[in-house]
Amino acid sequence: MSDTLAPAERPQNGGVGGHPGASRPPKAASLWSDAWYDLRRRPLFVGSAVLIGVLVAMAVFPSLFTSVNPFDAATCDLAQARQGMSAAHRFGTDNLGCDVYSRVVYGARNSLVIGLSTTVVTALLGGLLGLLAGFRGGALDTLLSRITEIFFAIPSILGALLILAIFRTGNVWTVMLALAVLAWPLTYRIMRAAVITAKGQDYVLAARALGASAPRIMFRHILPNAVASVIVVATINLGTFIAAEAGLSFLGVGLRSPDISWGLMISDARERFLEAPWPLLFPALFLSLTVLAFIMLGDAVRDALDPKLR
Amino acid sequence: MKKTSTPMVPAGRAPGGEPLLVVDDLHVEFTTRQGVVRAVNGVSYSLNPGETLAVLGESGSGKSVTAQAIMGILDTPPARVSRGEIRFRGTDLLRLPEEARSRIRGRRIAMIFQDALSALNPVFTVGFQIGEMFRVHRGASRRDAEKKAIELMDRVRIPGARQRVHDYPHQFSGGMRQRIMIAMSIALDPEVLIADEPTTALDVTVQAQIMELLAELRRESDMGLILITHDLGVVADVADRIAVMYGGRIVEKAPVHDIYRTPAHPYAKGLLDSVPRVDQKGQELFAIKGMPPNLLDMPSGCSFHPRCPYRQDDCVTDAPPLYEIGPTRASACHYWREVLDGSHG
Amino acid sequence: MSRYILRRLIQAIPVLLGATLLIYAIVFALPGDPIAALAGEKRMDPDIVDVLREQYHLNDPFLVQYWHYIVGLLGGDFGTTFAGVGVGDIMAGKFQVTINLAVTALVMEAVIGVGLGLYAALRHGGAGDSLILAATLVLISVPVLVTGFVLQLLLGVRLKQAGIDLFPVAGVSEGWRGYLLPGFVLAGTSIAYLTRLTRNSLVEIMRTDYIRTAVAKGLPRSRVVGRHALRNALIPLITYLGADLGALMGGAVITETIFNLPGIGQQLFSSVYLREQPVVVGIVTVLVLIYILANLVVDLLYAVLDPRIRYE
Repeated sequence: MSDTLAPAERPQNGGVGGHPGASRPPKAASLWSDAWYDLRRRPLFVGSAVLIGVLVAMAVFPSLFTSVNPFDAATCDLAQARQGMSAAHRFGTDNLGCDVYSRVVYGARNSLVIGLSTTVVTALLGGLLGLLAGFRGGALDTLLSRITEIFFAIPSILGALLILAIFRTGNVWTVMLALAVLAWPLTYRIMRAAVITAKGQDYVLAARALGASAPRIMFRHILPNAVASVIVVATINLGTFIAAEAGLSFLGVGLRSPDISWGLMISDARERFLEAPWPLLFPALFLSLTVLAFIMLGDAVRDALDPKLR
Repeated sequence: MKKTSTPMVPAGRAPGGEPLLVVDDLHVEFTTRQGVVRAVNGVSYSLNPGETLAVLGESGSGKSVTAQAIMGILDTPPARVSRGEIRFRGTDLLRLPEEARSRIRGRRIAMIFQDALSALNPVFTVGFQIGEMFRVHRGASRRDAEKKAIELMDRVRIPGARQRVHDYPHQFSGGMRQRIMIAMSIALDPEVLIADEPTTALDVTVQAQIMELLAELRRESDMGLILITHDLGVVADVADRIAVMYGGRIVEKAPVHDIYRTPAHPYAKGLLDSVPRVDQKGQELFAIKGMPPNLLDMPSGCSFHPRCPYRQDDCVTDAPPLYEIGPTRASACHYWREVLDGSHG
Repeated sequence: MSRYILRRLIQAIPVLLGATLLIYAIVFALPGDPIAALAGEKRMDPDIVDVLREQYHLNDPFLVQYWHYIVGLLGGDFGTTFAGVGVGDIMAGKFQVTINLAVTALVMEAVIGVGLGLYAALRHGGAGDSLILAATLVLISVPVLVTGFVLQLLLGVRLKQAGIDLFPVAGVSEGWRGYLLPGFVLAGTSIAYLTRLTRNSLVEIMRTDYIRTAVAKGLPRSRVVGRHALRNALIPLITYLGADLGALMGGAVITETIFNLPGIGQQLFSSVYLREQPVVVGIVTVLVLIYILANLVVDLLYAVLDPRIRYE
């Protein structure tokens, strides 16, 4: 898990070299409607949206995708362990003779719930603190910034591993908590920087001169303009959180059986991986596709929101 | 001269007494997402050895693009030279293979840019950047290159050249940086020097010093100087001839004194009237009304017509050619006589 | 310059203290009694337990315990485990493995990332560029968990079955070759980010005025790119690489588990379960120190790479 963000992509079709006035936007519109117009025309966005749509459907209505209920122990048959792909078991069976396909489908829910809830919590916590620190400055800013520096110094996977070790049991909420505790400083830092930039803009100075109250300036004038960068990071992080959950479950400190998690499936299939790779490769494929979908979405949203590109 | 497979540009004067550099009916277009922009639209001018030609125009008039086409440093794509020739001592540069062209670039045709702070590489010393000309083009040793760099810095009158040769661009003032830029460009005694807005980024007093330095360097050699600027005040004392550009075309060409006394194009006249002059103290300054043309959506007919006080109906429909209005003068205005008369009055 | 270093080191103290305190608190909160864990199934003589508890300050309040630890740490002493083994000795060998792994990954990252980024930048907008950009997207998205197993299967096993024995499947018994595959797996995401960073920096730099000047000087393209552009691009690249060393070491635990490398990740993991609290705190403390030092070195390299930056 890397804390570093991808550097902003540059436009594919470069500007006209040293020739002013040649590339003007067709007409001025708000950042958000412009971005939405731009997004719908990006194959990256359309692709990721379709992928995410399917995954959400899997998470909400897994029974639409499979008639097998993997929580029902009766569907597993040890005698049928590590079977190849067949009509009965589309992705084959695992070490315990359970159907891999239905487990992969049911695994989407935990991944998405953890990814989404961690993203929301970090965005709210880091975003609010960043907004406060950037807006108020002073001692509060210094204190919060020092605290985030401490969190940045702690390696995230190891930190999450330790936090999870405190709780004897791993479940969706403890994993979310462990990830959120370590991830909020990144959102904080981005929000704070965006707020400080926005604070110096003319329209904020104007609002201040007109006597607008502090909360009004903060929420009506600064937040909407700073929130774009947080949304981009949040989208990309959502994929990272899903990967982190799989990693922690794989290490044995995240979700535990009978919970279904792709990371757990990879861990279970590991023993006999070299002789029967499919029980490991299918959850791995879905995990990768899910992370890819959100990172693609983040890339597309960033390109659309980056005002430098227009 | 060394024998090579690529055509060489002769060192002497071209047969038929052609000028040093001729830009002939040059067209440059840019492909953008919004469409094709015709940045340069049939520009012709020439330059003789020892002569200073001022190219005057607003940003977007095509004056810098023309210069970049001469240097061969246009970004292609998006830029494309769609028509025309650029003859240097009789040889069309646009038809030369890149290898032959790069032997001319920097060595025989050199260029100075507007903002020396961004035009100099921030991570190399000025001595390295000047000396690089000798190291790359002449194969000089590191030490010889540095010695040459100090000589050049002396020549453009940078105080304490020997001590400052190891300094970085950001450690110099704006005027000194432009002198370094100039030192770099004249390092190999080029036959043509193009100065693209060399003083725009500088204070007024420093501007005069830099112009003086350029004029002096031009006098010392037989170098032809193309001075690109949007500022009429800058060129008056230095230039021999002026070409005024508007919307990718030349709209007036004339010896400098003629154009100052009697402009023959409404745009040139507007430019002159908007320059504060000592002899017209107390008068209100004139400003050309309207905006520079949108290159994506050029006005029909004469591209200046939406802003022109002399406009008639045919200006909207017929684009004026560049009328020869005297042995050394030309104007792209259907009503150049009226403009000339207006200038006299 | 030396004053700057000093100031930065002083600034690092609260970070180090805060991070160790946080880790110490987490470890303190870990369930289970370490002395009981030491005894295992057997019942221990209560007197011995008392002596041990006293010796390890286990009866003191949390902050006092932390204070004892910090005082020892300042003297270069990471403490001993409850079984009486020096934590420093335990960590040394494990850190060696993880450092080998992280440095292998860092070198791969620099070579592959900068190489691909340079190639993409020079073919900016072309098919090669698009292909590399798509590849980085995939490389960023596929978790270590997946690349690890897939490459282990393809390169470690299948290739060997095909008669090409290049990459050992796991372990460090075969020397540096054992680090190649895990190094690449660990570097994966970073390679992709570095490729993008190199490409984007170079594309941007190639549009600057000073590159236009270099071209107008008549310099050959190889010199314009290799000297003038690359030298400027180094600044963000070095920054990224420097900061990444710590991240690679801290993130190595999954890679170490897949490839059975006895590094700090594995040690931390087993120490958490054996309740060897001093080892856990020690490992994280060293990682925090590496993170702080790497950032300091990067800051100082800035001044070397970018003459516009001066420290006072």
